[in-house]
Amino acid sequence: MNLNYGPEYEDFTKEVQKFCKEYSGVIITNKKGGALTSLSSITNSDKSDGAKVSRSEWQKILIKNGYFARSIPKEYGGFGGDIDIIKNRIIAAEFASNRIPPPMGGQGIDMLVPTLLELGTEEQKQKYIKPTLYGEMIWCQGYSEPNAGSDLASLQTKGELIDGNWVINGQKIWTSTAQYSQMMFCLVRTEPDAPKHAGISYLLIPMDTPGIEIRPLVDMTLNAGFNEVFFTDVTIPEGNIVGKRGEGWTVANATLGHERGSLTDPNATMNRLHMLIDRMKEETINGKKVIENPAYRDKLIQLQGKVMAFQSNSLRVLSAKLNKGQDVKIAGMIQKLIGTELRHELEGFCIDVMGELGTLFEGSPNIRDGGSWQFTYMYYLGLIIGGGTSQIQKNIISERGLGMPREPKTQQET
Amino acid sequence: MYFGLSEDQIFFQDNVKKFLEDNAPLDAVKKITEGADLATKDELHQGLINLGINNILIPEENGGLGLDLLFASAVSQSLGEGIAALPFVGPYVIAPIAIKYGASDSQKEKLFNEMSQNLINCGVGFSEYFGSRDSSDLSISNNKITGRTLFVLDVDFASHVMLCDKKGQIGLVSLKSKGIEIIDLTTVDKTRTYKEMIFKDTPIEILDKTKTSTEAAEMALSAGRIVAAADSLGASQAMINKAVEYSKERKQFNRVIGSFQAVKHMCAEMTAELEPCYSLVWHAAHSFDDSHEDSKLMACLAKSHTSDVSKMVSKKATEVHGGMGFTDLLGLHFWFKRIGLNRHILGSPEIVREEAAKAQGL
Ligand SMILES: Cc1cc2nc3c(=O)[nH]c(=O)nc-3n(C[C@H](O)[C@H](O)[C@H](O)COP(=O)(O)OP(=O)(O)OC[C@H]3O[C@@H](n4cnc5c(N)ncnc54)[C@H](O)[C@@H]3O)c2cc1C
Repeated sequence: MNLNYGPEYEDFTKEVQKFCKEYSGVIITNKKGGALTSLSSITNSDKSDGAKVSRSEWQKILIKNGYFARSIPKEYGGFGGDIDIIKNRIIAAEFASNRIPPPMGGQGIDMLVPTLLELGTEEQKQKYIKPTLYGEMIWCQGYSEPNAGSDLASLQTKGELIDGNWVINGQKIWTSTAQYSQMMFCLVRTEPDAPKHAGISYLLIPMDTPGIEIRPLVDMTLNAGFNEVFFTDVTIPEGNIVGKRGEGWTVANATLGHERGSLTDPNATMNRLHMLIDRMKEETINGKKVIENPAYRDKLIQLQGKVMAFQSNSLRVLSAKLNKGQDVKIAGMIQKLIGTELRHELEGFCIDVMGELGTLFEGSPNIRDGGSWQFTYMYYLGLIIGGGTSQIQKNIISERGLGMPREPKTQQET
Repeated sequence: MYFGLSEDQIFFQDNVKKFLEDNAPLDAVKKITEGADLATKDELHQGLINLGINNILIPEENGGLGLDLLFASAVSQSLGEGIAALPFVGPYVIAPIAIKYGASDSQKEKLFNEMSQNLINCGVGFSEYFGSRDSSDLSISNNKITGRTLFVLDVDFASHVMLCDKKGQIGLVSLKSKGIEIIDLTTVDKTRTYKEMIFKDTPIEILDKTKTSTEAAEMALSAGRIVAAADSLGASQAMINKAVEYSKERKQFNRVIGSFQAVKHMCAEMTAELEPCYSLVWHAAHSFDDSHEDSKLMACLAKSHTSDVSKMVSKKATEVHGGMGFTDLLGLHFWFKRIGLNRHILGSPEIVREEAAKAQGL
């Protein structure tokens, strides 16, 4: 066991700390966006008094300093540094503990960019990565359909190659941020006669193409976090495909891994635990602080144990990335399940701490922390369902992790 | 940066595991717990001593191995997994740590030398320090101890017992002294022994520094808690392994039960909860070895959280076995009960969490 990153990282840590000091209290001004942007706004502390910077300016500042897109080549708009997960970790940890707004996330950055870097053509990389990193090109993920959720590979949206163009017809659903997006990466059935998993292609669709209709769906947080997207003879160039025809399932699986990693951030969870403790020191019941109530305090420490275990586990997973030969297979597989469930529980407990006051919402008088506890409590229920439900995660852990039998196939499927 | 057990730690751990697999299968453990085979128990203990488990935490200059608590935790996992019906946490973890932080230089020299040669062996009674039950109480004055304490651990091969009073004062009592009454406590966990002890003006040698400082009591207790948690890790892992294995063999409705999703999900839940506990316990042991300012907090979190997860595992793994899980024949209950004891020795979860709250000023 050695938790030191080594002397070569001390200067780097100091450099990041200096940056954090310089930008302490910075406020990111948001165009009102979808769920992801409203979530990132809660990391802005209420007491912020620093400079106001727009989203895309903030992205520029971060990339220029190498605090975002660090290992992405310069020619694609990144910082052009070496791949160094320790540096990434230091940046994330310092930003979190100094409450510096993290770089923009979202499906373009977390899922599409890594996919293009791995499997895109040179032309695709040149065209799409830079504007995505700078927050100028927002992407949505067109995977799920009304009849293809957990069983994603049964999707039916159709793509036909006609006169050198893809012509797309069908419907997607639950498409987060589609209404703000310039582009969609989309799974489409292009080989109707091939077996289920081999008939899918991964296409890149400009959202202003004629024939696309977007209908926002209001989610339980009362934001239109996701949408229905309808395609009628939507026509895009043949070259807007990542990987080959019929290889879309493999391409998509490369990105699902990236999504699952990005849904659960142990630093953010630790920050929320600290905010919870602050809340417990401020809230009172019959004039007595909640933190002094043994029942609540016991529950808090239970949660702290889980948060520490989750954080330690992510250190172990990180270690396995750095040290070839260290096997932590199952420890890595459980992070999406544990991380989203834990965050939901933590947010829910803070609502309990506030009692009736915890139910206040939408700018009500007496609301605490801008209503972020209710919002995030619900938001994380969405993340428990999205990106592979908790039940699907358990299937994966038991089948791939523990070698238990796979689901028997129905007659139709075989 | 490396987060995990080292090759040496895994090697030692595997040696202990293999030794127990070869020499102490469940049948042997059962006989020992029935008190029917004390010769085997002696042999097994000697075998583990030959592997060096008594010397892990004793400095090299005194003939020990000079290793750290992460090593002891790694070994403890194997003892829990292999359901070793032998002492460990008392004589080989709590006692040396208490001596390290509490003894004067001359006491240290003498005690470590004797311990490394297994000339003295200490059962351990710390209950008064973290939470007396049933009005138990120990009072020490003029190098004499009087009173009653419960749940003294690991007296099996002991020549001495190390006691801690509620102020954190620690001393050693020779079991040859006059004025000692030992009462066997029968718990659900038959793999280890627990005693009630009553003293009347019994001579006690106080570890010098503990007269003025609680550091030794705190460190020894934290070490014991981390190692007890590690024992539960191993016991839980054994139960999960057995459940998964059984689910791949047992058939109902013409299918192996492991193909039923209810069963798969129980196994996934056990695994998903237990994996982070490994990380937490190792992290806590490392913080302890590093004398990190959070080490007390980490020890408390490791003990209480692992206790909760292990309790869940012990229930679900039993359920996966159906009626067979409930039988004495299969013996799954040995692990179930060991986890039950680990949960409460050295502080029940609620007590430990209250200490965790205080340790961070809440
Ligand atoms: C907040 C949010 C954002 C989302 N954003 C996007 C997005 O941007 N793009 C996109 O494409 N999709 C998105 N989704 C869709 C998401 O991926 C799906 O909701 C998810 O995969 C589940 O599919 P479903 O909703 O059809 O539920 P179903 O698959 O119908 O599941 C219903 C229930 O059945 C269970 N179930 C299903 N199959 C199994 C099985 N084999 N074993 C055990 N239990 C099973 C599920 O666990 C669940 O409890 C989002 C969802 C949410 C909630």
